[in-house]
Amino acid sequence: MKKHYKVVVGGPLNYVFNREQLTAIEDVLERDLVELGVRSVFLIDMAGNIIANKGNGEGRHDIYSLAALAAGNFGAVSTMAKLIGEEEFSLLFHRGREESIHFSKLADDFLLITIFGKALSLGFLRLKVAEATGKIAAILEC
Amino acid sequence: MAIVNLKKGEVQAKIVYYGPGRGGKTTNLEYIYRKFHDRIKTEMVTIKTHGDRTLFFDFLPIEIGKIKGFDVRIQLYTVPGQVKYDATRRLVLRGADGIVFVADSLVVRRKENMLSLKNLADNLATYKKSLADVPIVLQYNKRDLEDEGIPLLSLEALEKDLNSRLRAPSFGASAQKGPNVVQTMKKIIVMTMDSLRRNLM
Repeated sequence: MKKHYKVVVGGPLNYVFNREQLTAIEDVLERDLVELGVRSVFLIDMAGNIIANKGNGEGRHDIYSLAALAAGNFGAVSTMAKLIGEEEFSLLFHRGREESIHFSKLADDFLLITIFGKALSLGFLRLKVAEATGKIAAILEC
Repeated sequence: MAIVNLKKGEVQAKIVYYGPGRGGKTTNLEYIYRKFHDRIKTEMVTIKTHGDRTLFFDFLPIEIGKIKGFDVRIQLYTVPGQVKYDATRRLVLRGADGIVFVADSLVVRRKENMLSLKNLADNLATYKKSLADVPIVLQYNKRDLEDEGIPLLSLEALEKDLNSRLRAPSFGASAQKGPNVVQTMKKIIVMTMDSLRRNLM
């Protein structure tokens, strides 16, 4: 498998993902989360760009807007954490009547956003998200 | 932080409209949204306060077609211009691949323009970047107000205040009426793609 490479442009990193990595990441999202009953899951960077996304076909979300808002929301919450003297909050989760959304940081630069319905418990989802983020971090070698 | 997806053959890049409050950043995006409505599949996202001022950001994704075989998707953002929202401004700036600085041509806004440009440089520095590292285009907005007899800074004066060291491409424009709004966007997209090509491809 070809390794991905990172190019430094004046500090923060830009990323290029090759086909093998993206296929491997999508497999993890599909097998570990969508097959578990998650409605929609996407991997984004902290700038709000989408790297990979998978869904069960039920949700027709505007994922580009969701990604931009999720990155903004995560950034805002992280800054709030620092203002009260916390490094970061360990649980980032919004519960709705039908749908809920869960955020998980992956390495320093990425976020895994999961949208799921009432059938899944938060605890089980967190366990599975933790497994999936471990596998994706290994694929990204970060 | 641009993303190049070799599987889908897609490039995503982030362009941020920066500048002082009430300068016309949101109006730029609104004009683009109206003009290219048929090409934009989603609604423009805005997070505003009750007073119709930008609280967090506006967001508008545009697909601009293929460049060198890649589908290019540009994400346009605005920052909140008001001084008190510096923390959110910094968050929106994160990962910006290109910047449009929207200056207000009104004579009374001269100081705010200069302070906002200084603030941009300070906020880029928190990401270990300088104005020289990121493609930037300057837009001197509200040129249409000249016809209404409102005192405006001349383009030469604006260049001297804001662009004497940067020497970035600049446009006199009217976000309200449309002149040079699209040209500004096209210029920053071309510069951003050039910069990404140099650095990534």
